Amino acid sequence: MAIGEDRDASESPPLRGRWPAGQRGFQRVERRRSFRIGKAWALYGRRPPLSPSATSPPRGGRSASAIAKAIPAAISFTLLLAAWELNARYGGAAPTMLPAPSRVLLQAWENRAALADNTLPTIRATLAGFACSLVAAFVLSALVDFLAPLRRALFPLLIVSQTLPLVAIAPLIVLWFGFGLMPKILLVALVTFFPMMVALVEGYAATSKEIAQMLAAMGAGRWRIFWLARLPSALPYFFAGLRISITYAVVGAIFAEYAGAAEGLGIYMLNAKNNFRPDLVLAAVAVSAALTLALFGLAVLIQRLAMPWENAGSESRGGKSSGESSQ
Amino acid sequence: MTRLELRDISKSFGALEVLAGISLHVAAGEFVSILGPSGAGKSTLFQLLTGALKGEGDMRFDGAPLDDHGRHFAFMPQRDALMPWRRVIDNVTLGLEVQGMPRRAAQEQVAPLFAEFGLAGFERAWPAELSGGMRQRAALLRTVVQQRDMLLLDEPFGALDALTRAAMQRWLEGTWQRHRWTALLITHDVREAVYLSDRIYLLSARPARIISEIAVPLPRPRAAGSDAARQAAALEAEILDTLLNPGTDPASLPQTAQRRSS
Repeated sequence: MAIGEDRDASESPPLRGRWPAGQRGFQRVERRRSFRIGKAWALYGRRPPLSPSATSPPRGGRSASAIAKAIPAAISFTLLLAAWELNARYGGAAPTMLPAPSRVLLQAWENRAALADNTLPTIRATLAGFACSLVAAFVLSALVDFLAPLRRALFPLLIVSQTLPLVAIAPLIVLWFGFGLMPKILLVALVTFFPMMVALVEGYAATSKEIAQMLAAMGAGRWRIFWLARLPSALPYFFAGLRISITYAVVGAIFAEYAGAAEGLGIYMLNAKNNFRPDLVLAAVAVSAALTLALFGLAVLIQRLAMPWENAGSESRGGKSSGESSQ
Repeated sequence: MTRLELRDISKSFGALEVLAGISLHVAAGEFVSILGPSGAGKSTLFQLLTGALKGEGDMRFDGAPLDDHGRHFAFMPQRDALMPWRRVIDNVTLGLEVQGMPRRAAQEQVAPLFAEFGLAGFERAWPAELSGGMRQRAALLRTVVQQRDMLLLDEPFGALDALTRAAMQRWLEGTWQRHRWTALLITHDVREAVYLSDRIYLLSARPARIISEIAVPLPRPRAAGSDAARQAAALEAEILDTLLNPGTDPASLPQTAQRRSS
């Protein structure tokens, strides 16, 4: 998050607020991600084949091509916002019904302190919940990998947990665990745990038989094989699951806050709605979208750092000393 | 001196009989091939040797019953089985690391061998950056640096294109002559078997038994010489004949290993 903040602050004085709320900020975040990670998030994390220059970039050329790639997305966003703006202004809808993007932006700026105050708890809940979910997914998936019966015991339970309607569960969890951090952590974990767990278990199973057989012939035990082969084999699967579940995380936290909280984007939205301020609801929505995008970008970035071999081979030969440390 | 000796090895998966009484031996410094059709159970034999499977029969190494499988064999699987997430040098040191050697020491031990295996300069490359032949050489290097008593090579060049395979066979023959590893090679490539081996065991289709044992008296190095090439061609023809018409070749029967009566 800090990265996004700094960049915003340093590059655009008019939006010097804490959060790049509002649609222009949204758009700019998107373009910035594109700049940093290729067209990665647009392709759902799959990095496009790079030109050989991409590993040791002449900076200007690289950013120019990144900007060129972002142009279609920028156009579609601009068109959508323009249509919305025109409809809101001249379509005859009251601002209390359909606020124009410009109004949302303006109100977001005027209420920036309140928005920021309510964003921080949401971030806290999201990160805490996601961290718990991540640790649980790793521990449980490893256990399941070692104890096959456990898988048969656990998976039906997990699948049922995904059938629960959040609308019904969120108020109950708040009822049981109060207005504190706990119910938020639980709800974030509930919506993010399953994709990562499934991805990890599938990933372990995708380990090449020959690698496992070879390790066994070398005298490696089960734990050694898990550590040397099964865990690394699961990494691509894990990151696919991570990218899916991270997009649920913020929504999960907001849902928990919506069901009852002292502070947070969810309760902020609820209050804004009850005060007939759809502009502020939308401002909070924009913040949560920006949060999710930032987390998604972070996930892609971590994947790139954690799996430097992913892009090897598709590039030119001999890129042997790219400066990344071996694992 | 006989190192590996198998007597009457059998293996069934349920009702499916895969190996029906295999007996063979490999002497120290000898390059022996097991040649047979696909699906004959050649790889099953290796799994018995590496301890991944249990079968019936007597397996001895240096005269002692084979119990600690890992100690004797360095196994090279069919495809190269390089780990894409490890750099080439870390793939090569894998066996040493599993043996408990610190990574740094293992790297120092294998580094001088990269040139001989045509991998100099690629120590820090990812496996995906190597060509097919280089990947196989890296896999073979990973196998030999384990310094086991014997190499088990399971169709090491089966996935390569014909030209690369021929180049790799030549290279392996030359490298083997310098090191004289005791090696057991599984293949279904007749030419490869004749080119590389001192002796060849011919395997029947499933359930596999040994239908013939053929010595390859060709002089080494085997790359050149029209005389040797003619001899090799004759051997290849004979082997193909034996493999493709197993029932009609009584000449091979006396050499047939003791068949299990079941």
